[in-house]
Amino acid sequence: MKHLLDMGHLDAMQIHHLLDLTDHMVEINQRPMPKVPALRGKTVVNLFFEDSTRTRTSFDTAARRLSADVMNFAVSSSSVNKGESLRDTIETITAMGVDAFVVRHASSGAPHQITQWTTASIVNAGDGWHQHPTQALLDCYTIRTRLNRTTGFDGLHIAIVGDIKHSRVARSDVQAFNALGARVTLVAPPTLLPPDISTWPVEVSHDLDGLIGSLDVLYLLRMQRERMRDALVPSLREYTTLYGLTPARAARLQEHALVMHPGPMNRGVEMAVDPAELPGSTVLHQVANGVAVRMAVLFELLGSGGEMTADTAADSPDPSQAGPRS
Amino acid sequence: MTNLLITNGTVLDQQGERRADVAVADGVIVAVGTATDASDALAARQALDDAIVLDATGCIVSPGFVDLHVHLREPGREEAETIETGSRAAALGGFTAVVAMPNTDPAHDSLPTIEFVRTQAARAGLCEVAPAGCITLARAGEQLAPLGELAAAGVRLFTDDGNGVQDPALMRRALEYARPLGITLAQHCEVASLTKGAVMHEGSCCSHLGLPGWPALAEELMVHRDIELARLTGAPVHFLHLSTARSVELVRAAKAEGLPVTSEAAPHHFTLTDEMLVGFDAVYKVNPPLRTPADIAAIKAGLRDGTIDAIATDHAPHPPESKEAPLDQAPPGMLGLETALALSITELDMPLADIVAALSWKPARIAHLDARHGRPVAVGEPANLAVFDPAAEWTVVPAKLASKSRNTPYAGRTLRGKVRHTIYGGVPVVIDSVAQR
Repeated sequence: MKHLLDMGHLDAMQIHHLLDLTDHMVEINQRPMPKVPALRGKTVVNLFFEDSTRTRTSFDTAARRLSADVMNFAVSSSSVNKGESLRDTIETITAMGVDAFVVRHASSGAPHQITQWTTASIVNAGDGWHQHPTQALLDCYTIRTRLNRTTGFDGLHIAIVGDIKHSRVARSDVQAFNALGARVTLVAPPTLLPPDISTWPVEVSHDLDGLIGSLDVLYLLRMQRERMRDALVPSLREYTTLYGLTPARAARLQEHALVMHPGPMNRGVEMAVDPAELPGSTVLHQVANGVAVRMAVLFELLGSGGEMTADTAADSPDPSQAGPRS
Repeated sequence: MTNLLITNGTVLDQQGERRADVAVADGVIVAVGTATDASDALAARQALDDAIVLDATGCIVSPGFVDLHVHLREPGREEAETIETGSRAAALGGFTAVVAMPNTDPAHDSLPTIEFVRTQAARAGLCEVAPAGCITLARAGEQLAPLGELAAAGVRLFTDDGNGVQDPALMRRALEYARPLGITLAQHCEVASLTKGAVMHEGSCCSHLGLPGWPALAEELMVHRDIELARLTGAPVHFLHLSTARSVELVRAAKAEGLPVTSEAAPHHFTLTDEMLVGFDAVYKVNPPLRTPADIAAIKAGLRDGTIDAIATDHAPHPPESKEAPLDQAPPGMLGLETALALSITELDMPLADIVAALSWKPARIAHLDARHGRPVAVGEPANLAVFDPAAEWTVVPAKLASKSRNTPYAGRTLRGKVRHTIYGGVPVVIDSVAQR
């Protein structure tokens, strides 16, 4: 695997492999000294054209725990504001000697475009409305560990609720959950669904109450205030009434059901209950696993095939035993 | 003056197809017939000895092509194209006249700008450049451009291309005002409020890629509106770059009713679909966007039955750096002049005569250029001619194109049909696929 751009590029075996690697990384993170030399000498550049403190910090921590050198390159401090093109930016940083770019960009497809201008690996840390593969891996990891589903998601019913149309998380999650065997239902008003999802492996519902009692996972998406300007919903109040997790709906969740959210949450909108009071809330769990998942991804892209010292071999996961290779 | 003998070719024009040599003297066709007829006609003028002989073996000799829709970028965006480089691309594509869209900087909304374009075109001397005027000042959609003044200066086609005229009241007034001027208003059909931020066709592909969609409806609503305005005002409306199946249906029905509407389609809209965007390459971003196989089939059917009168390229040069931007930031548009004939021959299941009609005399009439272009290949007619080999195969190499930009979506494609010679005003501006100026 050279890049991680799109969950649609990974099959179930590859996803399981990365989740198995994540198990090892979780173990490393629980050590008193959570650091291994697996990526010593490798340079990872966090290239965030769109601000996201939590995702950037998560990648930054992941790279450092694997002993990679990390450069953080935020758009505000870059020459992009001086009119430098995306290509020039990439080629310039590549010339410094870089092994991987972790790219967040407001435009769908930007990480994909970047691959033609560099020899480094590209990790898509979220592009426009398109893809957010490490979030999807993290979500899969959370479901796998919390519901004890190491072999797959067969028989699980997952509802993704909210602004699917503008959500890169939803696009990646649909592909990942489906690849692992789950039944996925999208729940949203038609205005917040993409214009044509007839080829997606999902069911569509506009009635959260009708299915909430049968869900294993309720995945809530962030509802942004600006959607009202485009007449996509009349008001946040109405959105909450129809699609929010209200106390009445929370009471109807199955006991084992998970409530997930990619963050940041809009309290009182899609999350109209205190998540801390939900037995199945995984929100903080998701954040904690984020570092381990990103360690697994960086190790998969940069560590495999690299030289392993005795020290690294002892301390870091051996990919040959972790599962099939991509 | 230049004298020409075009030998061993097959003449194809509105009168049909026949084997004939063609002689040209002083910009005018002086013989169409046997080799002897042709050389005798030049000999009678003491013009045989210095005549340039253009071999047309295996080639069609037709009236020169007329492109209703090109962006030459000058004035204002000379880094993308100039009138000279665009004219050269046109000549190499077999075009002897092009209609230059007014979305330059400044826009074509005043006499000095129109005169500037004509002067630059005359200086290049590679084809006629007919500047289209703006419908509204600065194409802002608020106040009428001086349609009468520009019409008096010979401008015949008016459009705000790049923008549709959004306000139905303004469009109605423009058509009413235009009617006695003998001009044609051409519409870029796009209801802007439906295409805010749009990058590509609204459908399954944009849903998957997470890109904002440009719904077919945004085009069709304006086609429908302007058909009704043509009915109301009696003024002719030309529809630019139709891209959807429903648009074709609407225009077909309007024509069946006898309404004064005409339309064009661009080669990319009958050759490429929205699936091309899956690699996020902005070279495939164009406005209106690439659509679906069903739309392509409808555009082809519209060309076959004459609903769509003309093949027009919407030649839209952009420098490489602007097309290397993320899709939502890259400008829309692709090159077209040098590939139009070959794409039409390769992709359209149509008689060659109908293809040439859609490239030559039909658009010449829409542009009101039919006194000089798209004329029959006959004695006494102005010598604006295209000589092309309909069977010759060639591969599109962006670096070899004459346009100043490289944004062709057909790089590496092998196409059939190659322009060999282009004669503009009796001068061979292209000989053996090489521009002479």
